[in-house]
Amino acid sequence: MVEATKPEDKQTSDVTHQYLRTKKNFPNVWCPGCGIGTVMGSIIRSIDKLGYKKNEVVLVSGIGCSSRLPVYCDFNTLHTTHGRSIAFASGVKVAKPNLKVIVVTGDGDCLAIGGNHFIHACRRNIDLTVILINNQIYGMTGGQCSPATPNLAYATTAPYGNLEHNFIPVDLAKGAGASYIARSTVYHVQQMDKMIVGALQKKGFSLVEAISNCHTYYGRLNKEGDAVAMLKWMKEHAMSAKVAKNLPPEKLEGKFLTGLLWDVEKPEFCEEYEKLIQRLQK
Amino acid sequence: MPSSNTSARVLMQGNEACAHGAIYSGCRFFGGYPITPSTEIAEGMARMLPKYGGRFIQMEDEIGSMAAIIGASAAGLKSMTATSGPGYSLMQENIGYAYMTEVPCVIVNVQRGGPSTGLPTKIGQADTMQARWGPHGDYNAIVVAPASVRECFEQTVKAFNFSERFRTPVTLLGDEVLGHMREVITVPEEGELEVISREKPDVPSEWYHHFEVTPNLVSPMAAVGDGYRYHMTGLTHDSEGFPTAKISEIKRKLDKLYYKISRFYDEIVQIDTEMTEDASICVLAYGTTARAARQAVHMAREKRIRAGLIRPITIWPFADEHIREHLAHAKKVLVVELNMGQLVNEVRRIAPRHCKVEQLNRYDGEVLNPVDIFKKILEVK
Repeated sequence: MVEATKPEDKQTSDVTHQYLRTKKNFPNVWCPGCGIGTVMGSIIRSIDKLGYKKNEVVLVSGIGCSSRLPVYCDFNTLHTTHGRSIAFASGVKVAKPNLKVIVVTGDGDCLAIGGNHFIHACRRNIDLTVILINNQIYGMTGGQCSPATPNLAYATTAPYGNLEHNFIPVDLAKGAGASYIARSTVYHVQQMDKMIVGALQKKGFSLVEAISNCHTYYGRLNKEGDAVAMLKWMKEHAMSAKVAKNLPPEKLEGKFLTGLLWDVEKPEFCEEYEKLIQRLQK
Repeated sequence: MPSSNTSARVLMQGNEACAHGAIYSGCRFFGGYPITPSTEIAEGMARMLPKYGGRFIQMEDEIGSMAAIIGASAAGLKSMTATSGPGYSLMQENIGYAYMTEVPCVIVNVQRGGPSTGLPTKIGQADTMQARWGPHGDYNAIVVAPASVRECFEQTVKAFNFSERFRTPVTLLGDEVLGHMREVITVPEEGELEVISREKPDVPSEWYHHFEVTPNLVSPMAAVGDGYRYHMTGLTHDSEGFPTAKISEIKRKLDKLYYKISRFYDEIVQIDTEMTEDASICVLAYGTTARAARQAVHMAREKRIRAGLIRPITIWPFADEHIREHLAHAKKVLVVELNMGQLVNEVRRIAPRHCKVEQLNRYDGEVLNPVDIFKKILEVK
């Protein structure tokens, strides 16, 4: 069992190692330089910071590079079918509302095959935290176009450039009714920690879009360079929403907003259901 | 709606009986999506579950419904969904996931005409093979099929018992006529029917293996959040649940999925027979079709034809040995189905040499009536 809080002077790696399944499963499947490991560290630090017990945390994922994340973590971990992680997680959460249920998903998993479950979980405002690791491409299957691949970008299934247009996941979630929406990048690690902590504390559907790098496929096919170059791109193109509020539009040209983007209060599905049970059993 | 715990005689629909049977079994989670002709089950569960402290969720599609019931069952609640042809097809991938991860749950398929959208308001029995072979890959399946409203209740309880006992998804195969038929039934009293719940681990968490290969092959199952932190994956996995590509582990896993059911064949097989002892011709049918077949057999007896009835209640695993026994003296077996011929091939596989297999099929959305079957008996006897 892990204590609720850690002394501040502890090394970051000391914290994360306590939450890893170090005996089995390593080395991991990710390419050197991949951003998914960074997101894993961020999730673990956030859980540690909030003092959640390992037994009460459930990580649910679908299929893809990002969905391999749970297997390395010493929580309750469900690696489910492609695109369906949010539906599985909804079942877990409704059955045991006291558990902290976190969905780890990728842009293909969440927005293509899983798009329907994603928008409906937003609409239902069920208390899940979805960490959407967006690397703009299908990594595990070898660099195919995803719903997050920008227009004209190259992928193995868009060899002449992508004719379609990409989803903006944070806008999609807002339109669908999510109650907490944030975005960060694997370069802005401290910000990402904060966003995940906020998402976990939120009662309702929360989304954190973690912009990540797939230099192996996206970077190579689009001549965006290696992992370092792609992180540098994130550093240069991310703009905190707080800062952006006070800037003229021309300063925001070519930038994308990060930080907390949306935060509203509304009734949460499991709590409302609990009230219904109380009412009917009276 | 009557309470599930009274022994009152009530007029009930097959679909309602299914919902009441689920509540009786201790089902406390239902995830579903509306589809004719199964919707009354979801409606019944939406009404009853919160009263029993259970939970109902209407999902965005059948894929999500199946996922949600697996999640809820992993979290410790007995869980069910109900659907019909197109929805059942959508569920197949996640049913395969439930086979692989050994999560107990019950899927009700109230069969209608197919393929595709087919005949939403008419009867069919063409999902017989899909219920066995729906998801890709190797596994073993348990499928039960009631033939009366009271049996809809009882077999739902049985389906839960099998799923909990063997840690596996179980399909209850109904049909449109049975689902919408009303009969007066005596609702079983509490304690009248056996209700089985999954075995929980009694070892410290550090010794716990979620997929331990026990002597009877069924592993005790901890719920998510019980303090046993385990990994569940649709990837082929070892006894701890971690992905593996080791040849020995792969075979061990698939053997477990297959033999944990086939080894308990005698416990799982249920078969109902009438007058087969001296029968020279046996009629084999299940579900609504078996009701007409029974009548036809009685009509034949009145004409001094030695006819008998074989009605499998457990469709899968197919009751090879039991059926073979009942065919020991029969010269003919007439397999009657509302499809183009599915179970008939199973019967051909197992029928003794001296017993010729005949078939009668209808697949135009209508039921076979007793006279149709009686005429066929006269023709082939």
